[in-house]
Amino acid sequence: MSDASISHAPPPRRTVARGALLSTLFEGLCFSAATALLAALSGLLIALFIGGWPAIKKFGFSFITTVTWNPVTEVYGAAGPIVGTLITSGLALLMALPVAAGVAFFLTELCPAPLRRPIGTAVELLAGIPSIVYGMWGLFIFAPLFAKWVERPLMAAAPPGSIWETLTLGIPNGSGILAASIILAIMILPFMAATLRDLLMTVPPAVRESAYGLGSTTSEVVMKVTLPYVRRGAIGAVMLGLGRALGETMAVTFIIGNSHDFPTSLFASGSTIASTIANEFTEATSDVHLAALIALGLVLFVITFAVLALARLLLGHQGDKA
Amino acid sequence: MSTASSTLMLRRKVTNAVFTGFCVVVTGLALIALAAILWTLISKGAGGFNLAVFTQATPAPHSKGGLANAIIGSVMMCTLGMILAVVIGVLAGTWLAEFGQNSRYGSVVRFLNDVLLSAPSILVGLFVYEMLVAPFHTFSALAGAVALALLAAPVITRTTEDVLALQPSLLRESGVGLGAPLALVIREILWRSARGGILTGALLAFARITGETAPLLFTALNNQFFELNPTKPMANLPVVIFQYALSPYDDWQRLAWVGALLIAITVLSVTIIARFVTREQNRS
Repeated sequence: MSDASISHAPPPRRTVARGALLSTLFEGLCFSAATALLAALSGLLIALFIGGWPAIKKFGFSFITTVTWNPVTEVYGAAGPIVGTLITSGLALLMALPVAAGVAFFLTELCPAPLRRPIGTAVELLAGIPSIVYGMWGLFIFAPLFAKWVERPLMAAAPPGSIWETLTLGIPNGSGILAASIILAIMILPFMAATLRDLLMTVPPAVRESAYGLGSTTSEVVMKVTLPYVRRGAIGAVMLGLGRALGETMAVTFIIGNSHDFPTSLFASGSTIASTIANEFTEATSDVHLAALIALGLVLFVITFAVLALARLLLGHQGDKA
Repeated sequence: MSTASSTLMLRRKVTNAVFTGFCVVVTGLALIALAAILWTLISKGAGGFNLAVFTQATPAPHSKGGLANAIIGSVMMCTLGMILAVVIGVLAGTWLAEFGQNSRYGSVVRFLNDVLLSAPSILVGLFVYEMLVAPFHTFSALAGAVALALLAAPVITRTTEDVLALQPSLLRESGVGLGAPLALVIREILWRSARGGILTGALLAFARITGETAPLLFTALNNQFFELNPTKPMANLPVVIFQYALSPYDDWQRLAWVGALLIAITVLSVTIIARFVTREQNRS
């Protein structure tokens, strides 16, 4: 290094001062943008609380424990939509998880190399299809088939007085709790499969190869080595999928049948928090009705926040990108 | 080999065969279900494509019309939303990566941004309704754009932070070593070298908001006519699809499928472009 290339003359004062000022300004600008995001989420919570307050004050705890939802008499109990949300999301997760895991295992362990990329890409692309498309497909294509091949035979075969009969009670028109759960499952499937696959790809090849080298079969490698390796992240990915299902609006609204009754049968119409808000919000005429719908949003926020917070804690700062 | 170990071997083989079979079968089933959805979309939507879809406004039942006002509305709201989201998202992501990376406040913002990223979109709609619709007593395209921006910004923040964190610290050091203020280093060097990654994030965010329906239901609402004033309710593809699909009229339902196909094509091509950009970036 030669001394000649380094200028010892001090740079002009003004430029330095201006540069420092601009830097401070720029940092302030970036800081405000970050704060804006924080404000958005806290504002969301506060706005839901203030908007829902009249209903919370009026109905108190019975808002989430009673089942009468009657805009005419202005009595609102949201147990129906709340339980509907939990049941449909739970069933959707139960159905989507084994399939998503199977797809992820197939893509990481079994798939012939030339097919790996196309199938992987297809799964990723399908994770991006807007949920309203899944909803329309559910209403126009899936519902009639479901009514004909699943609902009617199952209802006809139900022995009178059994649990089977109670669970399949309803109008066999293809929409209802179970149908909505299936559509939800199909919707969260590509997303969960893609996230799980990305996680399994992070397992170092040496770990996997040494397991194979010891003579493990594919199922042993997956269940005893690679899956435990990404366990935390995998649980986080499942929680993210659950979070999607809980808050999903359009795919469900089309096919759940929209009744506020407490769901007791798999084939009966029901509602979820999101579908109730979507259906009634713009038609709500009284202030109490509006407040009740916003309070319902607050309940959804609390449920999803708990699930997502747990997911993020487990997943760390990685995982889904969209 | 003893009998005990050969039964064990047999059991392992059977377990493995069942496992493998299960994976192959469910992958097949998943692909079939998803192919069925795409096929429905194409077979029901492609037939309805014609010039009128792009030139005429949404019709009354049993009359001719298209989706032009909804398409223009969607384009306007998404563009406006994306401008807002890119400004906020890039700046916030820059702050997280360059200024607040290890601070307590930084990790709080990062966590809340991640929650916002997966928060139910219908709640964002409710929030914007209370902020921008209720006080002004009118639904507006502006409110719709803000709702979309709130959904897109967390995606952009996240990707911006991730790509900036990937930039070698040598870049920062050499910039600062030349005497450039940090702000200049970030703008002229880091943003430039992270351009591809930030663009990918923006494209993914755009793909996410084009099909969003729930938050627009109570912000932009809908409008049967051409409307270019952003302070008025404005037609947009998702809400039109929702209303038309649930209507009892055949021609409305047909238009809903055309709209759904249009949105799906947009989302898919944007996603493919985003992947292409990423790949180019990795190559160079």
